[in-house]
Amino acid sequence: MQNADAINPGYPLFTGEDYQATFARKRVFEEAPAEEKLEQVFQWTTTEEYKQLNFQREALTINPAKACQPLGAVLCALGFYKTLPYVHGSQGCVAYFRTYFNRHFREPIAAVSDSMTEDAAVFGGQKNMFEGLENSLKLYQPDMMAVSTTCMAEVIGDDLNAFIANAKKDGRVPMDFPIPFAHTPSFVGSHVTGWDNMLEGILRYFTLNDMEGKAPGSNGKLNIVTGFESYLGNFRVIKRMLKEMGVEYTFLSDPEEVLDTPADGEFRMYAGGTRIEDVQDAPNAIDTLLLQPWQLPKTKKYAQETWNHKVSAISIPMGLGGTDEFLMMVSELTGKPIPDSLTQERGRLVDMMTDSHSWLHGKRFSLFGDPDFVTGMCQFLLELGAEPLHVLCHNGSKRWAKDITRLLKDSPYGQSAEVHVGKDLWHLRSLVFADKPDFLIGNSYGKFIQRDTLHKGKAFEVPLIRFGFPLFDRHHLHRDTTLGYEGAMHILKALVNAVMERLDEETMKMGETDYAFDLIR
Amino acid sequence: MAMIRQCAIYGKGGIGKSTTTQNLVAGLAAEGKKVMIVGCDPKADSTRLILHAKAQSTIMQMAADAGTVEDLELEDVLKVGYGGIRCVESGGPEPGVGCAGRGVITAINFLEEEGAYEEDLDFVFYDVLGDVVCGGFAMPIRENKAQEIYIVVSGEMMAMYAANNIAKGICKYATSGKVRLAGLICNSRKTDREAELIEALAAKMGTQMIHFVPRDNVVQRAEIRRMTVIEYDPTCKQADEYRDLARKIVENKKLVIPKPLTMDELEDLLMEFGILDEEDESIVGKTAAAEATLATA
Repeated sequence: MQNADAINPGYPLFTGEDYQATFARKRVFEEAPAEEKLEQVFQWTTTEEYKQLNFQREALTINPAKACQPLGAVLCALGFYKTLPYVHGSQGCVAYFRTYFNRHFREPIAAVSDSMTEDAAVFGGQKNMFEGLENSLKLYQPDMMAVSTTCMAEVIGDDLNAFIANAKKDGRVPMDFPIPFAHTPSFVGSHVTGWDNMLEGILRYFTLNDMEGKAPGSNGKLNIVTGFESYLGNFRVIKRMLKEMGVEYTFLSDPEEVLDTPADGEFRMYAGGTRIEDVQDAPNAIDTLLLQPWQLPKTKKYAQETWNHKVSAISIPMGLGGTDEFLMMVSELTGKPIPDSLTQERGRLVDMMTDSHSWLHGKRFSLFGDPDFVTGMCQFLLELGAEPLHVLCHNGSKRWAKDITRLLKDSPYGQSAEVHVGKDLWHLRSLVFADKPDFLIGNSYGKFIQRDTLHKGKAFEVPLIRFGFPLFDRHHLHRDTTLGYEGAMHILKALVNAVMERLDEETMKMGETDYAFDLIR
Repeated sequence: MAMIRQCAIYGKGGIGKSTTTQNLVAGLAAEGKKVMIVGCDPKADSTRLILHAKAQSTIMQMAADAGTVEDLELEDVLKVGYGGIRCVESGGPEPGVGCAGRGVITAINFLEEEGAYEEDLDFVFYDVLGDVVCGGFAMPIRENKAQEIYIVVSGEMMAMYAANNIAKGICKYATSGKVRLAGLICNSRKTDREAELIEALAAKMGTQMIHFVPRDNVVQRAEIRRMTVIEYDPTCKQADEYRDLARKIVENKKLVIPKPLTMDELEDLLMEFGILDEEDESIVGKTAAAEATLATA
């Protein structure tokens, strides 16, 4: 039982005899199947036969590897100066967005909903919007509210454009108060689609009818669009590299500060972020670079059609080649040379890669995540001589699948890779049971695959290396960097040390395997 | 590229929206206009006379078959029929299940994303289910979509009620956007003083009766052959009527924010034309038995 002098958390408390007895009685009361039966079914789910059945699933998703559109829209909105993300729809959805980001970024997240309920579903949500906008403005004093929607508002067909205009006409908010918006139905696309839609909505609001006298290149800056980016270090590394090159830039959405406020006694509901005047000035930039182009089709189209930007094609600046491509593109667009500091940094990365390559060569990695992340990670794995095995992207398109398949097949290390789009983590579980990789790369949800494979036996265990979003079960990983040479160094460190830790784990049996339990690796 | 004129056709169920739309669109096509029809009704019968088909495969049905709407291509859903008229049907669920309104939203978003409106078009017509029952059926009149609305009506009481209700719906959008009522199309049911009545209704609503389409059995004869009158028998009188309507729409400049009638105003109008009798308050709530007792007293 719990002792007031030494309070135990659930683990190890529940391992005590009294709790164990309770659990046993509960099993009887609930008429749970026999342990042998459970085990038998578990073993069956690890077979090739089950895998075949699993891949015939049509309607059901188990453990999705993606989130919904408004989640992305909220993250995008958080990246603007004094901007309150406002979600038109159900309250519970927005509670979910806040907790999701709380758990990943370990920061309070300011986002409001207008709490549509039964009556709003019947009569439409205009009334909620009137009151919601009015209250939010009074209570939280933002400079901008960026509106997205949940499923409920989308199913009944609420028209944001009309509602917002009506709210202004009704005097709920001043006529000139900026309220950009995006329709973000959760049942279409994923969080990355929502990010793209919200950014396009914001760019449209501030520049569509304000293009007079604007010309690409006239402010000498570069626009940087990250897409759904959950690593703070990635904002910082891109800024650092551009500074070292002497390139001026505008991040279109930059939540780096608001997601990392210091504990100095002052609560900051808003901090940092892209300013409206910089958005208005964005059409004057030399070009707009998309760091995760697979996520950003609407932003791309808008920048090309309305701003006449080329939106030069690059892929995610992850790994050696990806970063090279990015820096060379920046240099080409701005005419600024790549400075020695970055050349040296690159050299250090190459040095690290050669130092570690014998440990990573031929190691097989399965991975999952958002399309551009998976592309970037595959690029880098191939550069390291590691072999991508199962490449799974729940929210990847068929075009993306074609592109990455070509990337993999062009490398001797990508020959055994198989690409799966529109598949979930329950599919991935079957895949790694059928053909075991050395490691799994993905977000925190991958830990359940590690648990299940370990249950089948130590020889089947697929250890998880945590990269992606969300990362709930380890602290501060969101501060890391995955882009640029610096990010590649970090990824390399994580991968090679995972290999060694695993080796230590396998070789520490005294007198049995410890002939290989080496001090020097 | 000239601005595409986008028009939405609303009206009471069964009033003849689809027939009128297809015939008038055939009239436009005969004049060399490039037109697209977007059927916004789960019944998917907005294009059958143009395509000579029983029912066109709908966007939603094909999306359901393919797994997701993202797997569809424009050429899968867009069919070309009589006079080069481009046809799409949004489609939707069987009666009693699902959400037909969302189907309309999904379908129109799909068409926009796939560039269906970027073609060289003069007109787009949305043929929308009976009444604006929910937000989804108002999708065609959101910002940057249809700006002209035509309501099909007849001299029957319920058709006029419906027309008035639709006008109320338009006001919701007209105050914030550019959508306007462009006129009433009277599809005759041969009621008494029909044209006069609809003219009067239109005047009260601040709009016009853009055309009076008389009743003619040739429409039914053409329909049985899954054809428009214009295609079936271009020389007949009714074909002239539809061509007239088409020409009037091409020339139409009278776009207004409607002034819907109050219930009392509408009833007064109906009484004036003898469609509704003066209400006799003394008989309200009286059973037959009570009336019999009164009569014998």
